[in-house]
Amino acid sequence: MPKTLAEAIIAKHTKDKVEPGSICQVNVDFAFANDITGPPAIKEFKKMGALKVFDPTRCAILPDHFSPAKDIASAEQIKECRTFAKEQEMLFWDVGRVGVEHAFLHENGLVLPGEIILGADSHTCTHGAMGALATGVGSTDLAAAWALGETWLRVPDTIKVSFEGPVSEWLCGKDFILALIGEIGVEGARYMALEFHGDAIYSLDLDDRFTISNMAIEAGAKAGLINPDKKLLDYAKARAARKFEPIYADNDAKYAKSININITNMEPQVAMPHLPDNVKAVTEVSGMPVDQVFIGSCTNGRLNDLRMAAKILKGKKIHKNTRLMIIPASYEVYKAAMKEGLFDIFIEADATISTPSCGPCLGGHLGILAAGERCVSTSNRNFVGRMGSSKSEVILASPMVAAATAVAGHICHPKEITG
Amino acid sequence: MYTTLIGKAWTYGDNIDTDVIIPAAYLVTSEPEVLAKHCMEPIDELFAKEVSKGDIVVAGNNFGCGSSREHAPLAIKGAGVACVIAKSFARIFYRNSINIGLPILECADADKISRGDLLEINLACGSIFNKTKNETYYAKPFSGTLQKLIGLGGLVPYVKTILQEKRKADLK
Repeated sequence: MPKTLAEAIIAKHTKDKVEPGSICQVNVDFAFANDITGPPAIKEFKKMGALKVFDPTRCAILPDHFSPAKDIASAEQIKECRTFAKEQEMLFWDVGRVGVEHAFLHENGLVLPGEIILGADSHTCTHGAMGALATGVGSTDLAAAWALGETWLRVPDTIKVSFEGPVSEWLCGKDFILALIGEIGVEGARYMALEFHGDAIYSLDLDDRFTISNMAIEAGAKAGLINPDKKLLDYAKARAARKFEPIYADNDAKYAKSININITNMEPQVAMPHLPDNVKAVTEVSGMPVDQVFIGSCTNGRLNDLRMAAKILKGKKIHKNTRLMIIPASYEVYKAAMKEGLFDIFIEADATISTPSCGPCLGGHLGILAAGERCVSTSNRNFVGRMGSSKSEVILASPMVAAATAVAGHICHPKEITG
Repeated sequence: MYTTLIGKAWTYGDNIDTDVIIPAAYLVTSEPEVLAKHCMEPIDELFAKEVSKGDIVVAGNNFGCGSSREHAPLAIKGAGVACVIAKSFARIFYRNSINIGLPILECADADKISRGDLLEINLACGSIFNKTKNETYYAKPFSGTLQKLIGLGGLVPYVKTILQEKRKADLK
């Protein structure tokens, strides 16, 4: 039977029958937690009576959320993760080495095409851009995967999403995924997999593909997969920490639904408070004053994102009523951005640059919002109180829209800034 | 292990996300009782103050969307909530609730329940009797795999059994 990418990957990892809706026991290739989901996973792992993780080279903890430790309680959580990882001789990296997990893992070849990846973090779906079936789970499920090297998965129905048309100067991956979420809604892909197709996808930089897969969860999806192409395989081969075998969807696979999005005349998209599906074209809301702008996160903290922001910010100052926080998602990104001179552009524009961390995306630290404040953010969620006060507002946008907004002091189309 | 639950309803709308159930600022612990003090805080400050043991959370579609934080069902459980009824649940929240032993029911009639209604739930047959309105609703039954997991008392005892069997086999 022809298979979707999710079905084909599950089939390579199970002895069970693979068809939409069936439950399969699958082998897990890589299983990781962060400093928030790690401590409960450790507790459950011990309760299970487990002594050793199934393979220490395939199990990891990445302290990226409240790190560098923002307070004593966070320091204790990170310490607990560090101690456990040491005991288990499993993978762990401290600040100065670790990045935001969903940028760091693909940079280091730890998530690879054709694999099943389980992460105790909902944005684990990011790694679908590597051609992996990567999905977020809670801490107890993750603990079970550490103990057994297996988990159960319900084979999801798949929605085929095709993006067609030329990618204009002001569009990037963020606009693609916001347009889709705006169309299908925050539960439009609940319990399903999204599989992204179309010439527009393959013309994008890999960094933009990670942005697209990253926000699959914002439509409720279990995974957001992209069939590997040469560009992706070259990237994976150059970094792979272990052998891998890419898997592809069959041409005649059966999809639950097909959605075509033509981006030819599309404007940059923004998601207004308080749900990621409250999507508008940027010009519909331009002029709205903004207190803070955040460029970073597992969604848009990669090198190409910072380059897009720098293109807008070069030779400019941000508006006097606005502050701009920039956080590279990893040290690889950090070093490359510094080398390319992007930091000079940012500092000259009066932006702050922080060490890699999830930071303010989830209201952790490094740029929390006060009551009544409005932030344009390149991150992934604009829920009530997501970045701080429950009386603050978050608007999701691309790095170009975010940078332009910082300069104007209000929401605006990037072409207004560059002239 | 199934009992009849009786409690009053706390009702919410669609797309109640995990940042609302427990804001990230409080994720410096995973103790259910500590998390419970801030449960629902961004949208309902009364909840944590006035919720009683055995109360029932009732919501619309896509309850528990967003982050994978298991702290969300833990906060609800820590608040003493006996069961969550929703028209539908987000995927990760659904798995997490079953794994930690928080009873959840998917029920198309959840929106017929009003705040403060007294509900009597029979978890074994998935029936919800609204004592205030004298109406009965039925929840969608769990799949076989989940029934097995729930019957064993959640994922922890399940894995424990597998590991014990593996060890016995290794000794032989």
